[in-house]
Amino acid sequence: MTLLPDQSGHFGEFGGKYVPETLMSVLEQLETTFAQVRRDKKFKDEFAHYLKEYAGRPTNLYLAQRLSSQFKNLKVYLKREDLLHTGAHKINNTLGQIILAKKMGKTRIIAETGAGQHGVATATAAALFGLQCEIYMGAQDIERQSLNVFRMKLMGAKVIPVTSGSQTLKDAMNEAIRDWVTNVNNTFYIIGSVAGPHPYPLMVREFQAVIGREARRQFVSKEKKLPDYLVACVGGGSNAMGLFHAFFKDKTVKIIGVEAAGHGLHSGEHSAAICAGTTGVLHGSKSKLLQTADGQIKIAHSIAAGLDYPGVGPEHSYYQQIGRAEYVGVSDKEAIAGLKILSQAEGIIPALETSHAIGYLSRLDKQAKKNSTVIVCLSGRGDKDVNTMRELI
Amino acid sequence: MNRIDQKFAELKSLKKKAFIAFITAGDPDLETTVDLVLAFEKVGVDIVELGIPFSDPLADGPTIQAASQRSLEAGTTIPKILQAVRQIHKTSQIPIALMTYYNPVFHFGEEKFIKAAKAAGVDGVIVPDLPPEEAKGLIAASRKHDLATVFFLSPTTTKQRVEKIVKASTGFIYYVSLTGVTGTAQGLPKDMIQRIKKVKRATTKPICVGFGVSTASQVRSIKAVADGVIVGSAIIKEIEQHRDSAAMVPLIAKFVKDLNQ
Repeated sequence: MTLLPDQSGHFGEFGGKYVPETLMSVLEQLETTFAQVRRDKKFKDEFAHYLKEYAGRPTNLYLAQRLSSQFKNLKVYLKREDLLHTGAHKINNTLGQIILAKKMGKTRIIAETGAGQHGVATATAAALFGLQCEIYMGAQDIERQSLNVFRMKLMGAKVIPVTSGSQTLKDAMNEAIRDWVTNVNNTFYIIGSVAGPHPYPLMVREFQAVIGREARRQFVSKEKKLPDYLVACVGGGSNAMGLFHAFFKDKTVKIIGVEAAGHGLHSGEHSAAICAGTTGVLHGSKSKLLQTADGQIKIAHSIAAGLDYPGVGPEHSYYQQIGRAEYVGVSDKEAIAGLKILSQAEGIIPALETSHAIGYLSRLDKQAKKNSTVIVCLSGRGDKDVNTMRELI
Repeated sequence: MNRIDQKFAELKSLKKKAFIAFITAGDPDLETTVDLVLAFEKVGVDIVELGIPFSDPLADGPTIQAASQRSLEAGTTIPKILQAVRQIHKTSQIPIALMTYYNPVFHFGEEKFIKAAKAAGVDGVIVPDLPPEEAKGLIAASRKHDLATVFFLSPTTTKQRVEKIVKASTGFIYYVSLTGVTGTAQGLPKDMIQRIKKVKRATTKPICVGFGVSTASQVRSIKAVADGVIVGSAIIKEIEQHRDSAAMVPLIAKFVKDLNQ
């Protein structure tokens, strides 16, 4: 089996580097530096140190018994990324990238954010390392996620409202890329998902892969076998790829990525790039996209700001193409049902993004064999969404 | 011979430099685009770059973003733009290059796009988010149909990349004056002239300089060292300002003429 991405950053036909020339040399530098640090013991030790001592790894793999008892066939384990510092898996990646930024001598950090989780995780890492930090966030998302905006500011980051286009994650990413092109010499762009130009999808996957490595070890030690299913929500897809990657070669493990079906896959109002999109190029890589017949990018919809993105990481498009993973759509309604079930059965309030993965379990239960085991990536906690939830429930 | 190559050969024999005007096709509508291009030719514009509007123009500043938005709202599509190019070439031989982000081209189909563009009389393509590494398909199709492929050099381009970019480029090479997006107003970098001279030594292909060029004196100083100069946002700002004026086309033509004095 060949290791992907290949040298030019492709996963099959997906991935690559579709960026203005000004960014090509910095991407090449990043590639070289990342290739070095991947094998560098000092870097690995430093990263592991912060994951353990600062972020709170390893996270538990928790057998959700009361949740499982609501299903006929499923025994559900939750990988508790919600218990990490800042409340979501995003911190794994920002710690990795910030150590890299420091190593490359960059003094200024920028990032895009949708739900604000990646923004918060970036602001956190920047505060920890004493670097200047500016976060691009869609004006609509700033309203939906005012708590996270306040958290970022409290940690010294500047939050820049993006008023162009749909005023959500897609436009925040456009604006962050424009900033990067302008300030490329001193600025490091911390992308929050397994998206963007090569080497980001690779780099973010490697920084998040700790989720799956831990989960695999923990599961095998508890159950003396591999799980039957992995389930994770997919917007850009970083928590999902983080969980999936360690199981790629375990062919008996069925992998399911849950996209946001919004008002339904046929409603035209969703964020399901793999389930309902076509191949295209956005934000530096080729992948599945929501686009019009003229190749214009469509505006995505989801109640979960973190899934509200018309693209998806290229490796997910590849997983789907080769049949290694199945991608399904879960509607706003089903996600809210998932949120309620987990909150009431286990006393765990998941983020609206994560609620999509939980919301899929009742459908999985109908097709699974008796006593099937499943690991769900509990990617984030729901505190940030409480205001939104109060209006929805 | 392609009209762009022809134009540079002609300018060279006259010891003149190219003035290239960029406008977003369909801003505010395609009939105006046709009128503008024809008026540009009369005031001495050598080559026109027509922008195909895209929903997410990440190499562009606010001026071209807004123009793209207006054009999309007016219903501009690739087939309609090609129709406008046909219209222009009924009475004019001005070379036209299409500037487009990659996704609309990819979605249309690379080969199909190049073939249709050629048939409509387009002379070259410029795709700012498509580096030569990802452009094999587009280059092959463009060679087959004799369309120029213009690639970019920037202040951050490494020595190793210059050769690759020069090799992939035909028609001319687009030198990005600054690290940034289009329409940046803070003046051109002090070392720009030195950098252009350095790039000139690496190739005999024409080098044209764009991004952030908005005054006649900048146009003059760039023409002194490069083979051509590209102005976009400054013209589009004028279009935006005079959008509702009945005399918009002559006003813009005069503005362009004054820039190129």
